[in-house]
Amino acid sequence: MPGFNREKVQATGAAVADAPAKRKLCIIASKGSLDMAYPPLILGNAARAAGIEVHIFFTFWGLDIITRKKNSNLHVATVGNPNMHPWFHIPTFMGGIPGMSDMATAMMRSEIGKLDVPPVAEFLDMLHDAGAHIYACLMTVDMMKLKKEDMVDYAEILDANQFIEISEGAQIIFV
Amino acid sequence: MMSAVDTSILDSLEFDDQNFLVNATDWTPAVGEAIAAELGIVLGERHWVVLNFCRKEWEEHGESPTIRRITKGADVGTKELYDLFPGGPGKIAAQIAGLKKPTGCV
Repeated sequence: MPGFNREKVQATGAAVADAPAKRKLCIIASKGSLDMAYPPLILGNAARAAGIEVHIFFTFWGLDIITRKKNSNLHVATVGNPNMHPWFHIPTFMGGIPGMSDMATAMMRSEIGKLDVPPVAEFLDMLHDAGAHIYACLMTVDMMKLKKEDMVDYAEILDANQFIEISEGAQIIFV
Repeated sequence: MMSAVDTSILDSLEFDDQNFLVNATDWTPAVGEAIAAELGIVLGERHWVVLNFCRKEWEEHGESPTIRRITKGADVGTKELYDLFPGGPGKIAAQIAGLKKPTGCV
């Protein structure tokens, strides 16, 4: 019968308050549709829950996820999106009908809510509380004519070089 | 690891290869104290709020609560939870509470 393995605790350093985090994950979030906003948030959150250091760089349309006026109102595209099942399939020629994207968006929000997954803005706050680092891409901020105060207040603006420096030695996920 | 708590109580219990207690029914608060001590955590009142919630969830639903469930159900904020159980609160709270690792994406 295997008892509690004390060597294993020392070997992994798990849960020791001052043990340095060993793994480091950098996520680049480049898409801002409702469906593409979740993968970086969910993966980042799962990594923090496993004690991994997390840095998320929001760039191009991904910047909407950390922009206050937009992140509670992300949408699902219904034109040219062949993946609308399991609810129903929206043929491309119908996807452009006014209200179609709103309807699909509302439906996806409701399904996500049923799984007890928080809305994007709340999820982002949760990630910040969990200790993930949140960055806004400087070039995108300039291109979209945004200011620091347009973003969640814990977002730090970085240029590509700074992010590359931070990501040294990290595993990287591009979304 | 050296600690003030006597953890010899763990020697007579069965753990899996990741140091999670095999039978949740073997658990007592003293076992929790001992596992925490081995992980380098001194349990305080707020830890027990979380641990008691985890045990209650397991008794009622048969599974370990996810971090999201703990923060919603035990009145402990996400930040506080990470401070209480550094290195992965969901997993470590479950480990100290003598439960299996929580499953689920959030």
